[in-house]
Amino acid sequence: MVTPGASGGGVRRDTVVRIENLCKSYRIGVLELPVLNGLDITFYKGEYVAIMGPSGSGKSTLLNILGCLDKPSSGRYMLGSQDVSKLNDNELSTIRGKQIGFIFQSFNLIRQLNIIENIEVAMYYQRRPKAESRQRAIQLAERVGLGDRLKHRPFELSGGQQQRVAIARALANDPLIILADEPTGNLDTQSGKEILVMLDELNIQGKTIIVVTHDEYVAERTHRAIHLRDGRIERQICNGKGRE
Amino acid sequence: MSEISSLFQISLRSLWMHRLRSGLTTLGIVFGVASVIAMLAIGEGASRQAQEQIAHLGSTNIILKTVKPSDIEIADASQQTIQEYGLRYDDAERFRDTIPDAQVVVPVRRRPQQAQYRSRRITAEVVGTVAWYPELVPIEVRIGRFLSSLDMHYNEAVCVIDETVQDTLFQFDDPVGQDVKIAGEYYRVVGIVKDVSAGIGDQEQPSERSSQDSGITGSIYIPLPTMKSRFGEIQIQIGGASGVSGERVELSEITIKVPTMDRVLPTRDVLAALLDQNHKKKDYQIVVPLELLRQAAQTKRIFSIVLGSIAAISLLVGGIGIMNIMLATVSERTREIGIRRALGARKKDIVVQFLSETILLTLIGGLLGMMVGACIPILVTILGRMPTVITAGAMILSFGISAGIGLTFGLYPAYHAANMDPIESLRHE
Repeated sequence: MVTPGASGGGVRRDTVVRIENLCKSYRIGVLELPVLNGLDITFYKGEYVAIMGPSGSGKSTLLNILGCLDKPSSGRYMLGSQDVSKLNDNELSTIRGKQIGFIFQSFNLIRQLNIIENIEVAMYYQRRPKAESRQRAIQLAERVGLGDRLKHRPFELSGGQQQRVAIARALANDPLIILADEPTGNLDTQSGKEILVMLDELNIQGKTIIVVTHDEYVAERTHRAIHLRDGRIERQICNGKGRE
Repeated sequence: MSEISSLFQISLRSLWMHRLRSGLTTLGIVFGVASVIAMLAIGEGASRQAQEQIAHLGSTNIILKTVKPSDIEIADASQQTIQEYGLRYDDAERFRDTIPDAQVVVPVRRRPQQAQYRSRRITAEVVGTVAWYPELVPIEVRIGRFLSSLDMHYNEAVCVIDETVQDTLFQFDDPVGQDVKIAGEYYRVVGIVKDVSAGIGDQEQPSERSSQDSGITGSIYIPLPTMKSRFGEIQIQIGGASGVSGERVELSEITIKVPTMDRVLPTRDVLAALLDQNHKKKDYQIVVPLELLRQAAQTKRIFSIVLGSIAAISLLVGGIGIMNIMLATVSERTREIGIRRALGARKKDIVVQFLSETILLTLIGGLLGMMVGACIPILVTILGRMPTVITAGAMILSFGISAGIGLTFGLYPAYHAANMDPIESLRHE
């Protein structure tokens, strides 16, 4: 049950993320409140994984740690070949920018910037040359089908369009993993479907995607769904769609 | 370089989104910087005026002036006698003979007189003086020459006129070689001089000038011995309640030059003692330009402290206002900060972003303040008739001050922004 990558079928696959005995607890006054209790999960390159679970199961905390926004209390977190559990704030920031692409439920675009600039922001913090960033931002905007809206501001776009900008932004630095937090939670069914199709395409192109969701419909599209409960893995369901 | 400009461009956009708020916030800086500029301009103008006046008087000069004592006026006016007072020729001689530090002694007698050339008449100030007068007073010979020792020796009826007299009395004629009629006698013009300090020296002109009507145009210099022999020393005035009154004044002014500035004050004391012995009444006044210089510096210092405090308080208040608004901006943009942090912004990047916004805000305020500040001295000059000087240094200082305020008052909000927890910030609505 806890053997990850069951669909591997004996073929050795590259590990992208490995967490070992990961614990996280919050201190409230004198009380230690454990949220994650010794998680061991391995994510492989090109995998599409859903993390599910009820509220309070620890999935948001796990996502924050995977996204290097938070640090584990104990345990190891290997991202690529690097142990990121001991890095300082500056190093974590660089990792976030380079190796992780975020897609949020509420899109989280910067409202005073137009579409190209929103995509460029991610590259700006990696000190990439401006001309190169601009060119790449335009390419990415075209790739998510917004080539004709480059100068629009986020509030001039529909929710689905905004989420597509967010996807373009997440791809800007060609990250190791894409973390999506309820990417369709704020969208109508049709737009949500479009976004999911886009994520499927990205995965087919080889991107490793980890998506946190309540939605069974979303989870069904992934290779593997990890269900958390009380900071532990309750069960893992492999959908048999894993590619060799 | 392009990174900084793009940073400022982004900051400018954020400020533009809240343009009313940004504009109102900068007002404090605008007024603060404006008052700094105005303060420096007025202070600089006043100090330059004082310095020019003092340079005109000469920092190594001691000036003795004849003053009409007030007590004899009351006593003698009813008796209709001739009042006798003031500096005398023997004073000048005594100084020259007994004070070794008195390098140059220039006696001067001034008197307003009507001067006539052909049919044109003006009232000019006739200055009886010596050939070495230009050694102490900055005048420049334009055409011809100044008075000479020979003129003095032979009591020549010659005169040197200044450019004002040339313009009003001669207009298009060449004055040199012409005769000017002064008090019934003719004087040949031998030179034209320009008072280098023209226009700033009104204040230290002799008291006759200010007490008379302002119809005096220019100065005519004649040899002192000539003046003595032709004019005499008595001046009769007819009119007023007292009827006829006369005054006997030998010299209006004696200027003494000492070799160095540190000899000024000791010499002044010696002069005061000498005059005290030889004058029964206090009918003279000792003016030491060096002391005026010190007084001017003192006045300027007080002035600068007062205006400087006003500027400092207004800049402080402006800075606090900016800090306040930046804190509001930071809390309003918590979400944005979270997004940027998630996208790889380091704390330093957030600090730089908000700091650049604050500095930009204060620099804009500073530039506006400079414009306003440059207008205030112009208004002061026009309305208050006070000279003002806007220096490049003042502009650079103001620019530095506004940038400094941006930096000082921007640091706290920027650090506050950078130290927010990215997870919390992302959840912030």
